[in-house]
Amino acid sequence: MTSAPTALNSYRALPDPDGHFGNFGGRFVAETLMPLILELEQAYKDAKKDPAFQKELDYYLKHYVGRANPLYFAERLTEHLGGAKIYFKREDLNHTGAHKINNCIGQILLAKRMGKTRIIAETGAGQHGVATATVCARFGLPCTVYMGSKDIERQSPNVFRMRLLGAEVKPVKSGSCSLKDAMNEALRDWVTNVEDTFYIIGTAAGPHPYPELVRDFQCVIGNEAKEQILEQEGRLPDQIIAAVGGGSNAIGLFHPFLDDKDIEVVGVEAAGHGIHTGKHAASLSAGKPGVLHGNRTYLLMDDDGQIKEADSISAGLDYPGIGPEHSWLKDIGRARYEPIGDKEALEAFKLCSELEGIIPALECSHAIAQVMKEAPKMGKDKIILMCLSGRGDKDIFTVAEALGVEL
Amino acid sequence: MSDAIIGGQDRIAKRFAKLREEGRAGLVTFITAGDPDPEASFEILKALPEAGADVIELGMPFTDPMADGPAIQEASIRALAAGMHMRKTLSLVRGFRDQDHETPIILMGYYNPIYIYGVAVFLEDARNAGVDGLIVVDLPPEEDAELCVPTVEKGLSFIRLTTPTSDDKRLPKLVQNTSGFVYYVSVAGVTGAGSATNDQIVEAMARLRRHTDLPIAVGFGIKNATQAAEVARQADAAVVGSAIVSKIAESLDENGKATDKTASMVTGLVRELADGVRNARN
Ligand SMILES: Cc1ncc(COP(=O)(O)O)c(C=O)c1O
Repeated sequence: MTSAPTALNSYRALPDPDGHFGNFGGRFVAETLMPLILELEQAYKDAKKDPAFQKELDYYLKHYVGRANPLYFAERLTEHLGGAKIYFKREDLNHTGAHKINNCIGQILLAKRMGKTRIIAETGAGQHGVATATVCARFGLPCTVYMGSKDIERQSPNVFRMRLLGAEVKPVKSGSCSLKDAMNEALRDWVTNVEDTFYIIGTAAGPHPYPELVRDFQCVIGNEAKEQILEQEGRLPDQIIAAVGGGSNAIGLFHPFLDDKDIEVVGVEAAGHGIHTGKHAASLSAGKPGVLHGNRTYLLMDDDGQIKEADSISAGLDYPGIGPEHSWLKDIGRARYEPIGDKEALEAFKLCSELEGIIPALECSHAIAQVMKEAPKMGKDKIILMCLSGRGDKDIFTVAEALGVEL
Repeated sequence: MSDAIIGGQDRIAKRFAKLREEGRAGLVTFITAGDPDPEASFEILKALPEAGADVIELGMPFTDPMADGPAIQEASIRALAAGMHMRKTLSLVRGFRDQDHETPIILMGYYNPIYIYGVAVFLEDARNAGVDGLIVVDLPPEEDAELCVPTVEKGLSFIRLTTPTSDDKRLPKLVQNTSGFVYYVSVAGVTGAGSATNDQIVEAMARLRRHTDLPIAVGFGIKNATQAAEVARQADAAVVGSAIVSKIAESLDENGKATDKTASMVTGLVRELADGVRNARN
């Protein structure tokens, strides 16, 4: 265990060669999987050095995903809140409607490069499942998506989308029947199909090298945003904000800005019914370090080390863990993480829809709710840049139910 | 110091030495601690040696057993629902040790409950309870120094899993700092799934023997006496888990509670398996 982040002169130098971010991260997997993740690590290293890989990735990001997406000045929300200028990075405008596809394109190109012929994935909200099913259709690979039976019920439009795209959606009925159990089941599949299968993990968590490679594929968010804000404002923002489930859209936005040390970095966790109720998904605010799904990171658990169920109105944030780099950023104090509950997220969802004509995903509605707290405290000369990670069409049934509206 | 806390490595070494003398392979039986409830689990545990178990693997229940198939997942769920936790697992071992000083007990499971208990305290308590070794599924050599080294220092065995994906390049890393025996997981997959063919086992044993002199126990997919006997012809021990745990499940009443048949159904199966193993080389 190494931990001397303050001795580094960059916040962007990790993980170390063994996949550690300070005390976090690592490769806590069954022995059967070790040779596979070592192989993946090597393949990724090679791909990173290969200009042809980057060129192919850029091609699909531009022509298939539709990048670069805009950095949009949310003028009416800014006026309404009366403080800092608010910019949205519009990941909702990507093909499939969220940031998840950035990572899926990267990983499927890697899978092809490695000669893998079958893709598996886990999904919570179904956004990552849809993005995975999409790239599998595009590249002609069979796709199996594991999804908790509870999530299948509350995200049925996405289940149908995945099936339309030709993916097999396998309900997971073990444990709490949600995202963490879907991840267990995907790992069980992988351990069984070691020869031909590539596991596309949907967030910046899991065993090394996933947190690193997912982050790298999502850094297109922050890299574009940096260029765009310089173009539009002639300077960098004062604060950047993103919602964290496993933490992929957040780390993708944050990472390119981490060494700009004056920028305040804020991650937003789902506080569900409120932290005091115990029904939430705020692993950084209310959990402690432990080991699950291949990495050491902050987790929700009981005194015996048994993992607790998470709870959030947003299926994409409903996970009892968090990517290891966020755990590290929290511990060294480079980022702060704030809890936002279901009710606040719903308010933000409505406000953004009404003021900006943008229906945001419930996940990033949590980030908007945090913006609503931060912006009024800041001067009008300040700038907040927020990741609008996805669009909210998938959430209309959930929101209608929460608002007591029958569709 | 009582007999119970004499170094765990000894008890395992002695047991395998005895098996060698008897010219036979051993039977390693797996149950999950606290399945279906702490009391019934203790009854089963106590009855295992008499029924023919040479070594006992005791699962530490965990909410997210990502390398286990449905049978052992459900065993964990049953145990946790019945209020099992790590301290109770250790008292189960202590109770067993009060009456059996010879049968090695290996705790098997996932790292988080140990990590949260605290490695140093856990090892102290485990040793005092009479545990002989540990198998921690999600700690490959790349991550296990923080547990492996203190375990060995405490005089307990740290047993690693080797698998069909462990090639000649990787095996030296896997047998380093390990003691007691080497566990060969004979199929790539979760517990309770498919079985390896005899040829595959023969090939794997040859590969493993190039890298270690320790006894080799082979497990995963062994469901009956015939399969156990087949493995016992090649390996130093055959490990049976899911089949035993499924027997427990089968014995429960409609509310999932233990019945008066629970212990006897398990020992019945263990007797058959032991017969298979003991007569394999005749
Ligand atoms: C739109 C959207 N935002 C955010 C998330 C949370 O994931 P992450 O923290 O990896 O960005 C999800 C997950 O499904 C999502 O669909």
